[in-house]
This record gives sequence, C-alpha cells and structure tokens, in this order.
Amino acid sequence: MDLLNALVAFLNFVFVPGVAYGSQLALGALGVTLIYGILRFSNFAHGDTMAFGAMATILMTWWLQSLGVSLGPLPTALLALPVGIAATALLVLGTDRLVYRFYREQKAAPVILVIVSMGVMFMMNGLVRFIIGVDDQRFADGARFIITAREFKEMTGLREGLAIKSTAVLTVVVAIIVVIALFWFLNKTRTGKSMRAFSDNEDLALLSGISPERVVAITWIIVAALATIAGVLYGLDKSFKPFTYFQLLLPIFAAAIVGGLGNPLGAIAGGFIVAFSEVTITYAWKKVAGYVLPSWEPDGLVQLLSTDYKFAVSFAILIVVLLFRPTGLFRGKAV
Amino acid sequence: MIVVEDLHKHFGGFHAVDGASLEIAKGSITGLIGPNGAGKTTLFNVIAGNLPATAGRVLMNGEEITGLTPHELFHKGLLRTFQIAHEFSSMTCRENLMMVPAGQSGETLWNTWFGRKRIADEERALRAKADEVLEFLTIEHLADHKAGQVSGGQKKLLELGRTMMVDAQIVFLDEVGAGVNRTLLNTIGDAIVWLNKERGYTFCMIEHDMDFIGRLCDPVIVMAEGKVLAEGAASEIMQNEAVIEAYLGRGLKNKVKAEADA
Repeated sequence: MDLLNALVAFLNFVFVPGVAYGSQLALGALGVTLIYGILRFSNFAHGDTMAFGAMATILMTWWLQSLGVSLGPLPTALLALPVGIAATALLVLGTDRLVYRFYREQKAAPVILVIVSMGVMFMMNGLVRFIIGVDDQRFADGARFIITAREFKEMTGLREGLAIKSTAVLTVVVAIIVVIALFWFLNKTRTGKSMRAFSDNEDLALLSGISPERVVAITWIIVAALATIAGVLYGLDKSFKPFTYFQLLLPIFAAAIVGGLGNPLGAIAGGFIVAFSEVTITYAWKKVAGYVLPSWEPDGLVQLLSTDYKFAVSFAILIVVLLFRPTGLFRGKAV
Repeated sequence: MIVVEDLHKHFGGFHAVDGASLEIAKGSITGLIGPNGAGKTTLFNVIAGNLPATAGRVLMNGEEITGLTPHELFHKGLLRTFQIAHEFSSMTCRENLMMVPAGQSGETLWNTWFGRKRIADEERALRAKADEVLEFLTIEHLADHKAGQVSGGQKKLLELGRTMMVDAQIVFLDEVGAGVNRTLLNTIGDAIVWLNKERGYTFCMIEHDMDFIGRLCDPVIVMAEGKVLAEGAASEIMQNEAVIEAYLGRGLKNKVKAEADA
C-alpha cells in the first residue's frame, strides 16, 4: 500500500507535470530548431513570439467569452487559437520582410542574425506588454480537472491523491497531434521536402529551382503556429505572464541543443529530457521517500535544488551537452 | 546562346575574373580550361547567379540575365553542377532527383492539404522519370540509398541526373570528371554526348583532363588570370604557344613538339 502511495505521489508531483511541461518545451524547441535548420540562426525572439501568439489568442478568447461562446468542458482558447496563429504569422512574416530579409540579402553571418533576433525579441517583448500589460492574465475556462485529488482518494482509498488537470491532458493531446502533423508534413509533402532540402544543402536547393523566399515564408508560418500553440498551452496550464515566456527561452534552447539543433526529433526528446530533469531535481522527495522507507523517513525535504534555481538545471544540461556532445543526442548541427 | 561581355568579379583588390568576354554557341559542348586560380569557377558562379558580378553583362538568348538568382535561372533552363558534388544527404537518390522539377502542385500550403489527388499523380510521373534517369546513368541499384552514403563518383552521376529531370537549355559542369575513375568517366562522357545530341542540351564544362576535353569539347576556351586567353578546337589549343605557356606547361609542350616532329 505504501509503495502504491509512493507511486501515486510520484505520478502526481513529478510525472504528470513533467509530461505536460515537456510537451510545451518540445513544441517550443521544434520552432527554434526549424528556424535554425532553415534560416540558420538561433532565434532569441522565439519566447516572445510565443508570448505574442498567446496574447493574440487571449484577446480573441476574451472577446468570444464576452459573446457567451464556449466549448463546454474544453477551454474557449482552442476556438481562438486559429486567430492567434494567423495574427502571429502576420507578425513574423512582417518582421521577416522588414528585418531579417535585409540581413539575408547581405548574407550576414549567423551571429549577426542572432543579435538581430535579440533586438526583435525586445521589440516583441515591449509590444506584448504594451498591449496586454505585465500582469498575470487568466483565460482558462471549461473543466479544471479531469480527476481531482479528493475524488481519486475516495475512489481508490489511498492516502495520496492524484489530480489530473484537464489542461495537462489537453497539452499532451494537442502536442501529439501537432507533432504527427509536422512530421507528416516534413517527410511526405513536397513543401516539407523542399524545406528539408533547403536545410540540407541551400546551394543545391536553389539550383533545383526551389524558391528561397517561399521556403522561408512557409517556415515562418509553421513556426508561428508552433509558437502560438506552445504559448497558449503553457498559458492554459500555468498562467499567462509576458515575463515567463522570456524566461522559457533558456529551457527551450537547452531542449533544442540537447536533441541536436536542426533535428525535429531531437527537439522533442530534448524537451522531455529538460522538463523531467527540472522537475525531478527541484521536487521535494521527502513524501515519496517516507512511503518507500517508512522507518527511515528523512527529516529534510530531500530536495536537490530549490525551485528558485530551476533554470540552473537547463544551464547545467546545456554545458554538459556542449562539452561532451556538441551535436546533441540526435546529431544535429554543431553549435 | 550565352554571351559574356567584359565580366569582372573582384574580391577586394583581387580580380578573380578580370574582363572576361566569351560566347557559348547553342548546341555546343564548350570546354573551359585554364590553370588553377584562372577564375573559371568564379566565372561559373557569376553566370549561374551564385555571386553578383562587379561589372559586365551576361546574356542568354539575347536577354540579360546578370544578377538573377539561381532559382530564377533554373526556370530559364540554366543549370549547373558543383566541383565538389552536392546532394541532399538525408534523402535517397531517387528523392534527390524528384526534388528537381520546380513548380509542382505540392509546393503551396493550400495544395498540400487540399490538392492531394493532383499531387499524387504528379509524384507518380516524377518517380517513373527519376527511375528512368537512374537506369540511364547505370545507378538504378542506388535508388533507395541515402545520397550522402554513395561514392563521390556516383554523386557526380547523380548531379548529372539532376539536370536530366527537366528540359535544360544549358548546363554548366564544374569538373564533372574530377576524382572519378575511367569507367565512370566514360559513362559520364557518354551521357553528356547523348544529352547534347538527343536532348539538345548545350554544355559548358570546366575540365582538367585533356583527353576528356579532346574527346568531348568543341570549341575549347582557355582562361588565365581572369581573362580569356584563347579559343579554338581542342587540337589547335594544345598547339597554341600562349596556352602552353600559361597552362599546359613546358613538359607537355616538349612532348607535343616531339609528337609533332615524329
């Protein structure tokens, strides 16, 4: 019984949050990795692209909510998502036209584009705060839980409860659908193959008559969709605050680099590796340890790192990967 | 077909192409030779749109094409291969060939989702064509191999195959025979002649192998120090004093002389 309790506590506090967070990071890292593979620079503005997408979706959600539209148990934000994606796509395409294209034509070095993307990041950052403010925004509605801790306890008679938030399940389901659609697109469609060809060998792709501007535009649209979906899922699961998206940049990059920059499969694996490392290292294992070894329950929290330091986990993973396997687990491009 | 007028390409103070003027006649296989650093590849890069010209013009069928991008030139039927074979390494040889013809219906986001039937038909036709090309080049057994894993010579064949997937007008070959063994070289040579005769391709090729040049090319253009030094039939060129001075070298000159005397 105690072992079961330990298992439930583990699932409740480590596994479920880890899977949800991992899915969000994976979607974010996919966007970063696509930009890196095709436009060949690390897009520091990705976190704030997510924030913008989430913001656009939230504004649309509020409007729908004010009209009394709802999806029943599902969050209304899902209805607003296409609008958010469209707005974000327009924003990034506009940014590309105004900013990145200039540097592309100059054939600027990737490091210059990285710095340029930091400039874009601050602009987007300011834009989002200017429109929606710096505070926490709530926009989740519909059912809060699929199963609450109390229901679970009553159902099973265990001392530990397992609460599953509907947003966590939604996150995982949406992430799976998006990833399947993306891989189908990249591997099976002509447009996706052009993108892969462009990423593989740009000179040859041009010589094969592939239009670079079209590939770049399609990449930005897909990235806008990924960023908006990731941003909205994160906002639904936690809450929306512009600054948290800026902070998400680090774990997202850690995820993309761990998996191998430019490799979509790696981005997904990296997302889960970073998420689970973060959750397991900052979780206080006292309770689980107490169930497993009742006679020897520790006095301390058995927490390796305070949650305040959770970003240190991403840094540590980044350093280890860059030292020992700079191409990442799935052999992306060396950084 | 292609007219190059007083073309310059400078890298800072270095004049890689320094006032080159030449003409490539329609239906010819024109050879381009010259010592290393003569500006041959740079000239190719400028004509094919990989590098902007510093000055001068390039005309194709009387129309100015200077400064067009590689994919625009592709649609005009101007193709090239690279000195070091390029390939999409993560795709199979067949997929590499199928990438080539541009303007396929599957290229728009809309058709990707809503034009499935048309795309499927096109893909089937392309696949058949790609298999045909692979068979012609005697590498049909590599169809499902990743292009990154086949040998250097086979990559060269694949590059030639790429030009066969569309109706090209002119193909620029950059040392297609470099690092390729004799048998494969003959296959490549046969393919070039066949394409020239049967499909009406015009070729312009950079080569260092004089036998290969002698067998295929007429005329031959010699470049040195960024300028065109001489032009003529391969046999004439090999006798030309200035060319021997600049390119073929004394050793060969003596040999040629000995042969002429004998």
